[in-house]
Amino acid sequence: MGASHTRTEPNEFQDLMDKTGFSVEQIKNLRKRFLQLSGNEETISRENLDSIPALANNPLKKEIINAIFDKRNQHESEVGSFQEIGFEQFLMVMSHFRPPTLKTTPEEKEALRKEKLRFLFNMHDTDNDGTITLDEYRKVVEDLLSKSGAIEPATAKGIADAAMLEVASTNVPHMAPDEFYEGITFEHFEQILKGLEMETRMHIRFLDVGTATMRCGRSTS
Amino acid sequence: MDSTTSTFRGALLVVFTASCLLHGASGEIPPQPSGGSTLLPPVKPEAPQAYPDAEKSNLPVFTMDYPRIQIPFEITLWVLLASFAKIGFHVYHKITIWVPESCLLISIGLIVGAIMHSVNEEPPAVLSSNVFFLYMLPPIVLDSGYFMPTRLFFENVGTVLWFAVVGTLWNSIGIGMSLFAICQIEVFGVQDVNLQENLLFATIISAVDPVAVLSVFEDVSVNEQLYIVVFGECLFNDAVTVVLYNMFSFVADMPTVEPVDVFLGMARFFVVGFGGMGFGILFGFVAAFTTRFTSRVKEIEPLFIFMYSYLAYLVAELFAISSIMAIVTCALTMKYYVEENVSQGSCTTIRHVVKMLGSIAETLIFFFLGVVTITTDHEWNWGYIMFTLLFAFVWRGLGVLVLTQIINPFRTIPFNKKDQFGLAYGGLRGAISFALAFTLPDTIARKPLFVTATITIIIFTVFLQGISIRPLIEFINVRRTNRNLDTINAEIHCRLMDHTIAGIEDLCGQWSHFYWKDKFMKFNNRILRKILIRDSHAESSIVSLYKKLELQNAMEILDTVSGDLSAAPSLVSLYEEKKSSAKPKKKFLTADLKSMHDILSKNMYKIRQRTTAYTGKHKLPNDTHAREILIRRHTSIRRSIRPGSFQSSEMTKSHKYFSLPAGKSLDSKLFRPERLSLTDDHETMSEVAYPSRRTRFGQPARSSSRAMMPLRRLDTLKEVSSVEVLNEGRGERGGTGRAMSRTNSSYSDSHVPAPRRHFNASADNNNGSADDFRNVDQEAEEEEEEEEQQPSYPPPAWAVEPRDNSSTQNPLLRRPQWNPKK
Repeated sequence: MGASHTRTEPNEFQDLMDKTGFSVEQIKNLRKRFLQLSGNEETISRENLDSIPALANNPLKKEIINAIFDKRNQHESEVGSFQEIGFEQFLMVMSHFRPPTLKTTPEEKEALRKEKLRFLFNMHDTDNDGTITLDEYRKVVEDLLSKSGAIEPATAKGIADAAMLEVASTNVPHMAPDEFYEGITFEHFEQILKGLEMETRMHIRFLDVGTATMRCGRSTS
Repeated sequence: MDSTTSTFRGALLVVFTASCLLHGASGEIPPQPSGGSTLLPPVKPEAPQAYPDAEKSNLPVFTMDYPRIQIPFEITLWVLLASFAKIGFHVYHKITIWVPESCLLISIGLIVGAIMHSVNEEPPAVLSSNVFFLYMLPPIVLDSGYFMPTRLFFENVGTVLWFAVVGTLWNSIGIGMSLFAICQIEVFGVQDVNLQENLLFATIISAVDPVAVLSVFEDVSVNEQLYIVVFGECLFNDAVTVVLYNMFSFVADMPTVEPVDVFLGMARFFVVGFGGMGFGILFGFVAAFTTRFTSRVKEIEPLFIFMYSYLAYLVAELFAISSIMAIVTCALTMKYYVEENVSQGSCTTIRHVVKMLGSIAETLIFFFLGVVTITTDHEWNWGYIMFTLLFAFVWRGLGVLVLTQIINPFRTIPFNKKDQFGLAYGGLRGAISFALAFTLPDTIARKPLFVTATITIIIFTVFLQGISIRPLIEFINVRRTNRNLDTINAEIHCRLMDHTIAGIEDLCGQWSHFYWKDKFMKFNNRILRKILIRDSHAESSIVSLYKKLELQNAMEILDTVSGDLSAAPSLVSLYEEKKSSAKPKKKFLTADLKSMHDILSKNMYKIRQRTTAYTGKHKLPNDTHAREILIRRHTSIRRSIRPGSFQSSEMTKSHKYFSLPAGKSLDSKLFRPERLSLTDDHETMSEVAYPSRRTRFGQPARSSSRAMMPLRRLDTLKEVSSVEVLNEGRGERGGTGRAMSRTNSSYSDSHVPAPRRHFNASADNNNGSADDFRNVDQEAEEEEEEEEQQPSYPPPAWAVEPRDNSSTQNPLLRRPQWNPKK
């Protein structure tokens, strides 16, 4: 597609396309954005992302930036986090949010969903021990509520506790009396969000065309 | 089980109400037009006679002046008749599941019409153009506009408008042109219908009104996108249709149409559409601004909403711009602000009245549709009508196919084939079409033909498609959205995902509606809210979640007070303990988890995402929250006054066993023998009370009541003393309790301090956690309020207690019942 457009490094893009499933135009758009963010460097550091004004009001700013630098979101088995990421890693993270097309089979959709869930799970599970502990959960909930004015930390804590409990009770309905619930594993996480509509929520329509033409109100859905 | 038993009753009632009212209606209404009705001469003939007679003599003792009240009287009767019919359907639920309500209404209307026809009665002249457009249409549209799921709508606004505007144009022009082609065929004998009239007619029948479909969609919970497109389409295409209708009916009068007129028509189209929107927004903001100052006059708060919407409608009508657009945008604009400004009660009132007016107007229209079908003169033309049906189907199908192809590339989630089928098949015709057809100007020679064709297509689509769409949708298995996921985790993760996506979008510079939503919310928070809302602290959706949770917490605490389940706060304190002991991993005790889950499942699942507050076209959204809390408060306070203090102290005692492996079971083991010996009866009672379908409720509830037992006995002593009333049926069983209470009655004359004394004594035994003190406060606070209720609520003895308890708990535990999510 679009052979005439690929005037630079078609091979590299081809490689990226295979890996991430983006189209050339999408990659080029993202590339442009990447360079803009990094100040024309080849890598992005946390400071670059910290200074995005649009992100300043996002209550989950920290988590999102962490997720970008998280090695677990690179479709590889590595653990830990980068200090700086290159364009390829950037693309890999973004590829979590590709919407399904009409051609995607149900199995693929399921896989995509799982991938997105994994992404969310990783956002929670900061210490990468495979479970979301209560502390981790509380942290996220607190952050989530942090931008909404006067909410005491106790409330956030209460919410997190209740949520945690909910997970525990749905997943382990018949716990032995002396058992303890250690934290949310990924399976439990999947279970608890089973019926949740993710199709509309976790997708970004990566544009094929430049951002200049995207201001049409019609296409906002 | 209710429905099975009332099968007969339901069927009977339908027949009964219908026939009964029929007689009532046709009995009283007849006098109006002819007076010569064979059925009932009593009213009218007598009225004039009685009057002069009385006048001749002295002061009339009995007079009748029917003509004076005739119009409102008849209107009232019609409305009543329609409403009774509605009650009838809902007595027997299964009917409305398989046969849409509109079908039933039309059927009833047909019956009524047949009866009226048989007695040569004329239907009321309600459906004149003015009556319909000025009184019937506004409530219907206001209803839809006010209850539109806002977030969903704005997420899909492009698609909705695309289908509403372009789709309707497509249908009108397509059907009109094809019918015009058909008219050229001589066999059908309709050559005199010219292009303008065909277009006019096509416009009328291209207004879809899928009430029936929407309720089916809700029931099977199809995916939100499909739902909102059908919903929004029917709303906005009403507007488009009415515009087109006005345009074409203007054009239809003209002998020739010049090209200039076409362009003027287009220009007018935009003027009308955007003008309506402008007026709507204007009045919406004015309404919101007004409600800012109504906090002192709560009685008339709801009135402003209706008056402003209606004003928007009328003003738009005055300038002959799209009044539907105006009222819809007005409702959309003001809803958000108004609902924050007005009190909870007014908010409920507004919703109820909007719903009520809307559904009664719609009911009436369908009802009249049935009546009129029988009583008007029809001009049946096989060719024309059959082709109308055919084209309506074909063009609708084609339109959906083509329009989705165009819109799909712009959608994040494209419509698949199944969605398209749902869209196309959901194109029922309804009230608007009918009313428009009926209000066609008489200058159109073939008006009867058009009316007949319109009625045919309405009845055909409503009955055939309306009945078959549910099985079809279920059969092809359209993608569904689980909307009833009311868990905290779901709520949290919805927010989490929203923020994540917004953040990622910011990162990669791909701004979609999240970006615009963000921008609007900022503008909204900075400027609009300051102007329009009384105490304008910015409130994000998370805060509303928080508020909901706060409410839930309140309920939880109250339930804790009543102590039928374990105490959540003490669990939290348990966390604290563990935290202080610096253990890295927090662990839950299973028993606590269980009981906490019970609390949660009892309380928490009411959390709704307010954005997806789906409302049936004829149902109020579930805003029973506040009331529920009140009720819960009442019941739990009642309970807490009686056994509450002790239960909770007992509760904390049981929590002290936390370190033991099985606090709960230990607990229950301890008290088991006692309970068995004392209250065999009670056990069976509670078995009945906690239905076995929720097994996880069963155990804790029972075990906790076990835990309460010994203390409850003590507790009742002071309670009973204040009241001498004893239930006869329970007399003997409470014998000992009564005796004890009598002995104690001297000391507990002062009612209020008594529990506290008890309480503190027992609290000393325990560690006296914050929990207990809350109980005390709670009681002290509420005791006065409940003082009057006390006598009527005598807890004569401990033995009877469980019965009371379970009966008050029942509604709580079975909350799914009064949480009608369908």
